[in-house]
Amino acid sequence: MSIFSANNMKLITNPLGRQNPITLQVLGICSALAVTSKVKPAFVMTLSVMAVLAFANVIVSLLRNTIPSRIRIIVQLVVVASLVILVDQVLKAYVYDVSKQLSVFVGLIITNCIIMGRLEAFALGNKPGPAFLDGIGNALGYGWILIVVAIVREFFGSGSLWGYKLIPESFYEAGYMDNGLMILPPMALFIVGIIIWVQRTKDKELIEE
Amino acid sequence: MDMLENLLSIFVKSIFVENMVFAYFFGMCSYLAVSKTVKTSAGLGAAVIFVLAITVPVNYLLNEFVLKPGALEWMGADYANVDLSFLSFIIFIAVIASMVQLVEMIVEKFAPTLYAQLGIFLPLIAVNCAILGASLFMQQRDYANIGEATVFGVGSGIGWFLAIVGIAAIREKIKYSNVPAPLRGLGITFIITGLMGIAFMSFAGVSL
Repeated sequence: MSIFSANNMKLITNPLGRQNPITLQVLGICSALAVTSKVKPAFVMTLSVMAVLAFANVIVSLLRNTIPSRIRIIVQLVVVASLVILVDQVLKAYVYDVSKQLSVFVGLIITNCIIMGRLEAFALGNKPGPAFLDGIGNALGYGWILIVVAIVREFFGSGSLWGYKLIPESFYEAGYMDNGLMILPPMALFIVGIIIWVQRTKDKELIEE
Repeated sequence: MDMLENLLSIFVKSIFVENMVFAYFFGMCSYLAVSKTVKTSAGLGAAVIFVLAITVPVNYLLNEFVLKPGALEWMGADYANVDLSFLSFIIFIAVIASMVQLVEMIVEKFAPTLYAQLGIFLPLIAVNCAILGASLFMQQRDYANIGEATVFGVGSGIGWFLAIVGIAAIREKIKYSNVPAPLRGLGITFIITGLMGIAFMSFAGVSL
């Protein structure tokens, strides 16, 4: 079985759409909403979650036959917490300003439900290879929502993307104003709500009840 | 008197102004997943208050006497330069996981009725971001003494309780409304939470 077989590709593509961690599995919402007022922190957060999720999946999958099921949550937490410490130290060393902006949310990757959810649902019952792909896939599914929300919030809220001003000065002189509401936390909830609305309008089978 | 006022201000602030759910989105996963009925939400909310009231002060002591730069000075002058703060994630989560286990056993032994009500929720709490989030905020904000840390923990818990009971009550009523089909369930819950968040933002003007 090659690494790009149909089954393995599904592990990556499913979380992007029908099995999306945020809009369908309802996992990992906390961080998704809190870091999306600008594109850059959202992107760094996605990469951090991807690194932690992929490697935690592999490690837990390697250990899956030796972990007693009664204490598995603690074992998983220790694996995840050690990986998060590594990520945190790397961020502090190379992108200090972003790591300041993310503040406690890097630490909160430990309790990000995506990680625990995928470890419980996938890594405990599968080989390391597929577990790695599952980790990458779910992190991508989580990431695209984050980036979309961040693009909308940064463009309308600060008139820029990735820190570069996109709306010309002449607009502001003509009376254009940035929408301050976009920067505030509740807006992230509305945008995710709208993404869910659009996704379920296109794919009727996902509608609840 | 001054100190009491300070504590009161931390308490009110952590419940309303800096509400865990509406200002920081902590504990959103269980907030969305468990808020279908008021009764279960109240159970989970109570368990969160309980666990926060225990873990925040314990983590405060650990931070103060083990983790902070220079915190190990009580062991002798040689240790004055040791900085263990990079270990805080793993220590905090270990404390939370073991505290939750301990609380579960104590409640089971001494308050079986409460245990029957909270039972399934207690283990879930170990991975509720509100709990770890409160400990990390406690570390970041550097509270002056254990009293302030405890009050902050309890206040955050009460804020979370209010939020989850509120959304559960609204979701119970909204069952009778004609929501557009693709928004039913998760979508409308997000939007309502956003509206509640805007309402809670009005507390930001309260000067304490």
